[in-house]
Amino acid sequence: MQQKDSWLLPDGIEELLPEDAKHLESLRRKILDTFACWGYELVIPPFIDYLDSLLTGSGHDLELQTFKLTDQISGEMLGIRSDMTPQVARIDAHNLKHAWPTRLCYVGTILHTRGDPLEKTRSPMQIGAELYGHAGKESDLEVIHLLLEMLAITGLQNVHLDLGHVGIYRALSRQAGLSDTQEAALFDVLQRKARPELQELLDGFNLDNSIRNMLLKLPELNGGKDILDKALNLLASANQHVKQALAELNAIADSLTKTFPHLAVSFDLSELRGYHYHTGVVFAAFVPSVGREIARGGRYDNIGAVFGRSRPATGFSADLKLLATLSKTTFGAKQATLIFAPALNEPELTETIRALRANGQAVVQQLPGQIGSAQELGCSAILEHDNQHWVVKPLTPSIA
Amino acid sequence: MLTIAVSKGRIYEEALPLLKEAGITPLDDPEKSRKLILQTTRDDVQLVIIRATDVPTFVEYGAADLGIAGKDVLLEHGAESLYEPLDLKIACCKLMTATHKDAPEITGRVRVATKYVKTAQRYFASLGIQAEIIKLYGSMELAPLVGLADCIVDLVDTGNTLKANGLEPRDLIMNISSRLVVNKAAMKMKHQAIAALLEQFEHTLAQR
Repeated sequence: MQQKDSWLLPDGIEELLPEDAKHLESLRRKILDTFACWGYELVIPPFIDYLDSLLTGSGHDLELQTFKLTDQISGEMLGIRSDMTPQVARIDAHNLKHAWPTRLCYVGTILHTRGDPLEKTRSPMQIGAELYGHAGKESDLEVIHLLLEMLAITGLQNVHLDLGHVGIYRALSRQAGLSDTQEAALFDVLQRKARPELQELLDGFNLDNSIRNMLLKLPELNGGKDILDKALNLLASANQHVKQALAELNAIADSLTKTFPHLAVSFDLSELRGYHYHTGVVFAAFVPSVGREIARGGRYDNIGAVFGRSRPATGFSADLKLLATLSKTTFGAKQATLIFAPALNEPELTETIRALRANGQAVVQQLPGQIGSAQELGCSAILEHDNQHWVVKPLTPSIA
Repeated sequence: MLTIAVSKGRIYEEALPLLKEAGITPLDDPEKSRKLILQTTRDDVQLVIIRATDVPTFVEYGAADLGIAGKDVLLEHGAESLYEPLDLKIACCKLMTATHKDAPEITGRVRVATKYVKTAQRYFASLGIQAEIIKLYGSMELAPLVGLADCIVDLVDTGNTLKANGLEPRDLIMNISSRLVVNKAAMKMKHQAIAALLEQFEHTLAQR
């Protein structure tokens, strides 16, 4: 490459052209309006923040993903947000300090130093909703309902919901008394459901037989609702936390089946997505033709502790750009009428254009000496003078 | 419909009996046909024939629901975005270091020729040895002979190629066999079909 291609974008950074931008924006508005109808208030956290604050507590997983720079004023390290959830939690814990449940939503670009291994993008547009201040299954259900509502707005068909509970693995690994290194090794193997390796690993840990067998069975505990009963049997000698987690999952499953009888729901008790900050029920939505989840969420109690107040919390987020790409085909290109006005400086014409625009109609006025016809500008109607008034006439495609 | 990604050659040959037990027999022979998608005796299963190193990629993206890949490929690719629930115990071999018969013990910095860049880096780091890795795509055995590297990291089966070139295997890095890998979304959305297939494979493996 002799001279730098100045149009080239950095890896994983994309721009949206008018058609895509329009679709994404309309989706953004619809989703935020829905969130508002559910009582979720919009907050706009800063794009750039003190690194310490971005990475505090639950944020340490984000260290590698966060772009860093030095503040020329204070000399402090700044970071560009790689996840908005901790910022929103800070708003709840530090700024709002409500004693009652708080519902917040947000949308904005985040940056990742390393692209997602599958999506490749480094600048997703994160959209999400969080509910603070309630610890029961009802709040988990509320955000799951809202997540499904959001996906319904995007027009995605055949949504599949996967439920898990990180409390099960956490309780089992505590019960087994694993060291940090052992736990990390087990985590890696379970994430891949690598059963042969799991057996080898557990043999090396020298565990009590009953806990060893329970950990060994964990990767098999995925599938339909029947696995919850199977889990009750297989994990019978587990402690109270595990049983409580299973009961929570059961209750959520029952309620979901009642509300959404046609929703495909599966369970995965060794699903450890976001294990380091989640504390309870976790969920993810899948659609056919995408090899990974398209939205994810779960319970993350006590995230606000580092900002001064510990509160139960649950919520979800998704990449709006991905949702827009997936839903583009379902919506199709519905073109709004664009009206063409001639380049005349007449008060009556100006007034007509103003009235049309005030009425929400799109009018583009010709510029003197410009090239390009009304059709070429994408107009489907034209303003014409019929002896008395300026009127909108449909533009018939010329048979050129 | 389930799509299974398999690479041509040894893995394909040794996977055939396993697939057959599950009622899956390809309608074409990839060695004779140029087709990349093979229909099978089961309407709901098709095979895609790809390069071994591409198997994790296809399965990760969900272009294939399942795949059969060597542990060597998975280690090098980094497989945290896949499930690997079964060791199929086929295409077994060893990932080893190898060098000249009379080469001295490695001390200090070492130059290693391999196609397993990350795996070799991790292995030598775990021994506390600083390694300079030279990525090659084939004919590894040549590297120590022409002074390109001090040793190589490669798969060893019979060891005949090494012997023919005056090299000998030194340290075992890992025993390698082929694994069944599953796309994470497919595992959830096509759970019944995949669980049935896993069970069938497991059953066949237990009888061996």
